[in-house]
Amino acid sequence: MIDPVLASRLQFALTTAVHILFPAISMGLAPFLVYFTWKSIRSDDPIYTRHQRFWTKIFAITFVCGTVTGIVLEFEFGTNFATFSTAVGELFGGPLATEGMMAFFLESTFLGVFVFGRERVSDRLYMLSAVLVALGSWLSAVWILIANSWMQTPRGYEMVEEGGMEVVHLTDPIAAYANPRFVWMFVHMQTAAVISVALLLAGLAAYHVLRDRDPEFWTLALKVGVVALLITAPLQAIQGDAYARHVHETQPQKFAAMEAIYETDSGVVEALVAVPTDLEGFTDPRTTDLFIIGIPGGASFLASGGDPTAEIQGLNEFEGMPPVAYVFWSFRLMIALGFWFIALGLWAGYRWSQGRLTTDRRLLYALVLSAGGGLFATELGWIVTEVGRQPWLFDGPSGSLRTAEGVTTSLTGGEATLTLAGFVLGYSALLVVYVTVVRWMIRNGPPSAADVGMAEEVTSDA
Amino acid sequence: MLETLTSGPLFGLPLTGLWFVLLFALLGTFIFLDGFDFGAGVLFARAEDDHERETLLAIVGPFWDGNEVWLIVFGGAMFAAFPPLYANLFGRHYLLMFAILGALILRGIAPEMYEQRADPTWRRWWGRSFVVGSVLSPFFLGMFAGNWLVGAEQLVTVPGVVVGLALVALCVVDAAAFIGTRSEPGHLQTSLERRGLTALAGYLGAIVLAIGYLVALRPDMRGAILSVPVIALVVATLVAAGVYAWAIRADRFQAAWVSTAGMVYALVAIVALLLYPTIDPAVGLTVETAIVQPLPLNLMTLMTLVLMPFVLSYFWVLYSTFSGPIEHGEGY
Repeated sequence: MIDPVLASRLQFALTTAVHILFPAISMGLAPFLVYFTWKSIRSDDPIYTRHQRFWTKIFAITFVCGTVTGIVLEFEFGTNFATFSTAVGELFGGPLATEGMMAFFLESTFLGVFVFGRERVSDRLYMLSAVLVALGSWLSAVWILIANSWMQTPRGYEMVEEGGMEVVHLTDPIAAYANPRFVWMFVHMQTAAVISVALLLAGLAAYHVLRDRDPEFWTLALKVGVVALLITAPLQAIQGDAYARHVHETQPQKFAAMEAIYETDSGVVEALVAVPTDLEGFTDPRTTDLFIIGIPGGASFLASGGDPTAEIQGLNEFEGMPPVAYVFWSFRLMIALGFWFIALGLWAGYRWSQGRLTTDRRLLYALVLSAGGGLFATELGWIVTEVGRQPWLFDGPSGSLRTAEGVTTSLTGGEATLTLAGFVLGYSALLVVYVTVVRWMIRNGPPSAADVGMAEEVTSDA
Repeated sequence: MLETLTSGPLFGLPLTGLWFVLLFALLGTFIFLDGFDFGAGVLFARAEDDHERETLLAIVGPFWDGNEVWLIVFGGAMFAAFPPLYANLFGRHYLLMFAILGALILRGIAPEMYEQRADPTWRRWWGRSFVVGSVLSPFFLGMFAGNWLVGAEQLVTVPGVVVGLALVALCVVDAAAFIGTRSEPGHLQTSLERRGLTALAGYLGAIVLAIGYLVALRPDMRGAILSVPVIALVVATLVAAGVYAWAIRADRFQAAWVSTAGMVYALVAIVALLLYPTIDPAVGLTVETAIVQPLPLNLMTLMTLVLMPFVLSYFWVLYSTFSGPIEHGEGY
């Protein structure tokens, strides 16, 4: 039997890690769907309608997987983190309820119209449905990130003794909900989602272009993916750099973990590689004996926004410590991927300008291999964000709560182990089925121009 | 502004009571709307052929996702307005909650997967998963409601199982009426009439059993059950059932569906009345002790007042777009 606290943490980590893939795909795909729908209605070229039909099917199946795995997360606050739920409910429950009312209803009802209603509604309502589905999917991220950003940088509350426990009371809704962290998180997450889908689009397209299957259709997908990547990948780097500075200011402990800095120091080196020099260092996170290759003064420079001699607080100054290795390596890998995406975009853009976008086989292979890279980087980003905040559920100026203390007290190791095992099996199956079905969809290919053309006639008759 | 929001209830409204009512109204709306999706899954098991199965899926396809959001909002409202209730109920029913989630996941993805391939083995297995998810979702949700009502600590209780069965039957009652509104006269409608009436008899039987059990074996609840409002709601259920039986025989499926709504809201109102003023009898939590502070409650109230008209208008668009019999070739 696994300890209920550990099992709950593992289970929440697992269910979040799987869930995030689906909203990342649907939020990233939403703007592309709006574009294809618009072009499909406005242009005579059936290729846009073919794209619109094809990506709508993938969006729909992704949305369903996102919904069912999302309900799990909502319920898990109560089942596994009941103490946390009681303690922060009056501040944390509101955004979740609002997400349902403001975002989910919008997205799911208009998705019904969008997926099933092509022959029943006017072009205008159809176009509106596409926009509202996209709006709903992005609004849902707004409310989830409002809740999450409060856990990162809690403001606008006080802790009050109530029924034998410390409970959060909301005192200033503006400070709590219009938290500065929210803006950083939202921009970062939405850009990550668009990059992820741009890479999926370009990678799938490159695969088909290489095999010379339906070249007209896939060349358009390739171009759309490359344009999106060229716009979003550099933005993410600029934004991400400023976001890291914000983390340094507001969550110094997490920043120290991201950089694996143990002792407070000035002129801190930016470690590109850092490994413990003896075996014990792998298991003891408080190790200071590291082998480092890095840029002198780099970490200070990044944290302060230009001063290579600035002081950075070390992990040893704080009470408790996140598992440093996960945060440190995830952060580095995410950034390396981010730079790779920029390079990939520039490479593709350059080839495009030479008229060789579809003939440079090395570029096409690189795109195929990078297809899942955006989703992987998104996962890494969430590891930095969520693991980096441990051992706290929230830790702010007016009080804090440790993750271990937030777990349901009545939970037994047996129950927690049973459901964790269930999720490992069930979610593995879900992912296998999802990937298999999406692969079928892609292998069967998009609807032909004839399919789409016939459907168009039915519409004009109706 | 902030002072107005923190000082006390907005506009002097009895907000605690209103949120108690709203919570159960959300639950009822979820059961009424998603109920026909679950019921369609149960009917799917007895469909005559592939064409009928396709028809059932095409009829509920556009709605179920939106319908299920009422459950998410019910959970969110409980979390936001009554956090200790949310934590106590969900934490205590740990395994049951995950059984509900498992059933909902199966119910959610199965029809989506079913449609992706014509291969008979693939369809048989996803068809079965759809049926299993559609039966177990309302059954486990009913168990949850039954256990909540009687303040049970353990997973399996008689009232829990009986309310679970009642809810499965009610979903079939619901589906028979709703699917009738979207189908043409023919074999499907004839079988809907028969199955709707059978399910109605099952539902009424389960309700009688549940009430009889509580009156006989739970003296602490006897007084509440034999009170005027609860008896009035039971009578209202019988009237609605009578209307349903008449309407579905006369092929007036819309009227039957409206009377289903009456039965659903009456059931939820009975549960709410039997709980009040307690909200979690197992730990003696009352509505007054579980409610959040005035500031968050006022904010939630404002948010709900602003958003609900929008939500209702989305549902109006959805249900009016897909009203009337489905046409050939409609579906996934």
